[in-house]
Amino acid sequence: MSSTIREADLGTKVTPLPARAAANTPVPVDHRIARNPGMKLDLGFMESVRSVNRSALERRVASLTKRRSIKADNQAAWLLRAVACMDLTTLNSNDTEERVRRLCAKAINPFRRDIVEGLGIAGETIRPAAVCVYHPFVATAVDAVRGTGIHVAAVSTAFPHGLAPLSTRLQEIEASVRDGADEIDVVIPRGLVFGAKWRELYNEIVSMRAACGDAHLKVILGTGDLATLRNVMLASMVAMMAGADFIKTSTGKESVNATLPVGLAMVRAIRAYFEETGYLIGFKPAGGISTAKASLDWLVLMKEELGRPWLEPELFRFGASSLLTDIERQLEHHLTGHYSANHRHAMA
Amino acid sequence: MNILDRYHAMEYGPAPEARNEADAWLAGRDFGKALFIGGDWKAASGGKTFDTSEPSSGKLLAKVSDANAVDIDAAVAAATKALPKWAASTGYQRAKVLYAIGRAMQRHQRLFAVLESIDNGKPIRESRDIDVPLAIRHFIHHAGWAQALDRDFPGHKGVGVVGQIIPWNFPLLMLAWKIAPALAAGCTVVLKPAEFTPLTAILFAEICERAGVPKGVVNIVHGGPEAGAAIVNHAGIQKIAFTGSSEVGKIIRKATAGSGKKLSLELGGKSAFIVFEDADLDSAVEGLVDGIWFNQGQVCCAGSRLLVQEGIADALIAKVKTRMSRLRVGSPLDKNTDIGPLVDATQLDRVKGLVAEGARQGAVCWQPDAALPASGYYHLPTLATGVSPANILAQEEVFGPVLATMTFRNTEEAIELANNTRYGLAASVWSENVNLALHVAPQLKAGVVWVNGTNMFDAACGFGGYRESGFGREGGREGMFEYLTAKLPLGAVIKPAVVSAQPVEQSDGDSIDRTAKLFIGGKQVRPDGNYSLAVATAKGKLAGEVGLGSRKDIRDAVSAARACKAWPEATAYNRSQVLYYLAENLSGRAGEFAVRLSELTGATPKAAREEVEQSIERLFLYAGLADKFEGRVHQPPARAVTLALHEPVGVVGIVAPDNSPLLGLISLVAPALAMGNTVVAVPSERHPLLATDLYQVIEYSDVPAGAINIVTGRTAELAGVLAKHDDVDGLWVFADAETCAKAEAESIGNLKRVWSGNGRSLDWASDEAAGDVFLRRAIEVKNVWVPYGD
Repeated sequence: MSSTIREADLGTKVTPLPARAAANTPVPVDHRIARNPGMKLDLGFMESVRSVNRSALERRVASLTKRRSIKADNQAAWLLRAVACMDLTTLNSNDTEERVRRLCAKAINPFRRDIVEGLGIAGETIRPAAVCVYHPFVATAVDAVRGTGIHVAAVSTAFPHGLAPLSTRLQEIEASVRDGADEIDVVIPRGLVFGAKWRELYNEIVSMRAACGDAHLKVILGTGDLATLRNVMLASMVAMMAGADFIKTSTGKESVNATLPVGLAMVRAIRAYFEETGYLIGFKPAGGISTAKASLDWLVLMKEELGRPWLEPELFRFGASSLLTDIERQLEHHLTGHYSANHRHAMA
Repeated sequence: MNILDRYHAMEYGPAPEARNEADAWLAGRDFGKALFIGGDWKAASGGKTFDTSEPSSGKLLAKVSDANAVDIDAAVAAATKALPKWAASTGYQRAKVLYAIGRAMQRHQRLFAVLESIDNGKPIRESRDIDVPLAIRHFIHHAGWAQALDRDFPGHKGVGVVGQIIPWNFPLLMLAWKIAPALAAGCTVVLKPAEFTPLTAILFAEICERAGVPKGVVNIVHGGPEAGAAIVNHAGIQKIAFTGSSEVGKIIRKATAGSGKKLSLELGGKSAFIVFEDADLDSAVEGLVDGIWFNQGQVCCAGSRLLVQEGIADALIAKVKTRMSRLRVGSPLDKNTDIGPLVDATQLDRVKGLVAEGARQGAVCWQPDAALPASGYYHLPTLATGVSPANILAQEEVFGPVLATMTFRNTEEAIELANNTRYGLAASVWSENVNLALHVAPQLKAGVVWVNGTNMFDAACGFGGYRESGFGREGGREGMFEYLTAKLPLGAVIKPAVVSAQPVEQSDGDSIDRTAKLFIGGKQVRPDGNYSLAVATAKGKLAGEVGLGSRKDIRDAVSAARACKAWPEATAYNRSQVLYYLAENLSGRAGEFAVRLSELTGATPKAAREEVEQSIERLFLYAGLADKFEGRVHQPPARAVTLALHEPVGVVGIVAPDNSPLLGLISLVAPALAMGNTVVAVPSERHPLLATDLYQVIEYSDVPAGAINIVTGRTAELAGVLAKHDDVDGLWVFADAETCAKAEAESIGNLKRVWSGNGRSLDWASDEAAGDVFLRRAIEVKNVWVPYGD
């Protein structure tokens, strides 16, 4: 276990990446994202991004989803993209190994054969980027998806509240990594945000990153608990400075899940961090995204605010459980013109 | 392109809005009979038509009846015929009609939106989500005003037949802004849409037929300048409401001078978009998208001048450029289009010409690297940096997608730059510091100020300009007044002053000779020309002499009034106390003033005393109202408050009547002062000694220097000088008809707000010659939008 704070040595080692592409011109995406090394906690930088005007953000997302419309074959393609950027998730207190195996099977083989053929996508493997489970099921999941390229994400650090002793939380990460999880979704103690205990929060996340080793770190902010978009922005910045690979909205257990205004604040934080350091940080909205239409709104948000690179699973994930089924129904409708039913598609 | 290709490309692709319903509508109409007059569809009497075409392709859409003066006559006749019954209908009856219009529009919402985008070229996203819903909201909101008329506007009635001329940038929305309040007020309407965009107005007329609008209440005529001029000049019309260019607005102001027509003008703008260093910059960038790249920048209140604080200028400009490169220029009927074509080739040429000229004058014009559609009148969004205040792009309204950028060092300079324009329509202020935003908003010369937002509109909130952006408000309570007249106690017809033989015989030989002077900047001054004017008593004897004021004295008085900051910036309570004190001091000399009145006017001592007492009472009234004629808080359907602030008009010229020379003067000056205006008063030409006596009272009443200035002399001449002075914001003229007409006509230099009695005086002794009607003339309503939420 290592909880060394890496302020001094990593602050300047940043590699500028090519500027983002304009929305209208696709560019080949470099899938090998240079991993965010983090930087020292820079309160001045945080100060420069603290202006977040909620009503303006609400207006932006309200018009954003009306400004873009994706139809026909493009819509099918975008929905496939949503699947490719999905962390297929089961996070229930009654999960069992068998339930997790079923989820993995669905992830490996998400679509009915006729849909794959109808869409003409057999030549490419399109399926969720990861499955996301509690720690006890990591080994089961790793076993189930072995050889498929599907990642296994574990929610760690006393999910969903994060209120266990730090040592316990770090041990949990290490245990999940040992069991084979290559992505770790951690939660922050929200109280640190309310108390503006930025250094403590920073230090905790630095420790978590260290505990992850090569596994990618997704930091869940629990935005439904954070009350203001300014808190969301500041917590996002601290997480990225501390070395998060992804920042994530919610556990799915807060009373308010991922909302577009929160998402907008977070992607703007990612943009500010990119402009400052040159590192591309991933974004994961999670909780409550259950319709194909909603998934398109999020994809539009990413494309408009961050650009094409953020439409790859390296930089964007949905945390979702029932979204996949709705997308399957939409894809079937796209092919047949018939509205579909849930039971026509294999459950997870 | 197969689905896998699309999966990798992740492009939006086309998302066309279906136009078959709109095409069917177009195919099913006889546009040669498009004049909706008296409930019938008529061809133009001259048999002429004009073409309306599609901006995205240049293709002809329809040949539309082109009305001439005969058709306008017919329309005014129909409106006049319908007026008595409509005006006499109950508020409930009119409310039902307005409600029915709103609901019927809602049922045909999509057709309206598609037609609007086809005809105007605006993106369907805008017509569908903004123009049409706002238009509907306007009718439903005003249904309520129809019913609330007696309650909220006691003593007012509908102005009568109104002529309305609207522009092409928001064809249906401007129609709604015009027709809804008119119908609510019990007026009947002759409306002329713009030639470029007649279609949605035709659909609206069909809605009127179906919604039970009585025949003749709404008349819609199509045509060009000839039809417009016929409306403006028609004797059967009692009010003109115009939205369009400042150039045409001035022509209309001049044409209607002396006609007694009520007038509201909503004209051009060069609105400032001010970004302070503590703003949410990403949101400010989106504000610019909604500000200058909304409707291709063809918006009178477009935030076309970006004023950005130096420290954040580079960061903001970089963000703006990135954002601009994501704007999608394309077919208005594509749901993914952000920027459509301009309305017409002439407009495109104009915008291109201004951009080229701006670049010649040193601006750096930047455009994103995007392809334009092969046909149609498209213009790329354009960012001009390095723009000096003298650059044509900072001065002139471009009415296109062109943003001119300047930097400022501090708040004071931001305000100065923002106000450095002849226009005064709107402004945006971006700062997370509400203290700063609410400090700046009242200092901006603009009728609408958006804090951390832009281009927010609502039927409940007033919209309209300061300065050469026009006058009058549309929307809300303040907008209703534009279609109502208040009963005023009319007085005698004022005859032009005749220069009679100078009286020579001294009326009273005992007292020491007194020299009445002008009162400018708090000082008694001799007239610049050093001539005097003899003043006669009622019996024709010499009562004294006053200075013969000239244009230079008016110039000095206006300068003094403009320089006086202490009065407009004083608290209302402070102004109130000064006016009370003035009343108190006048009261102390009441006897002396009564004698003077009696001597000059021949009034009986009792009547003279009565006029003095009434003058004191009136000062008392306005002293008391100084802190009570307050603004309102509008509640638009958004998480925002809109503060409708009452601000002083500014420097107000007051040309006072001869009848009741003291009471008339005070009845005009007191409300102007109460609201914080500074005044240049031209007192009665016949009885000016009351005013010169009054300045002695003013001198020891704690009135700040320059708040009241008095220039005696020839009424007609001085009124003309005030009318032509472009630093005078308001002018109230109670003089002979010719002087009044001239004042209105000559006000066009800066479009000062002129209130004239049209050759009639008022019965100043009447209680109705005081109160809100006067106070309303003394203020501008500024709507400050403050969205909130954290």
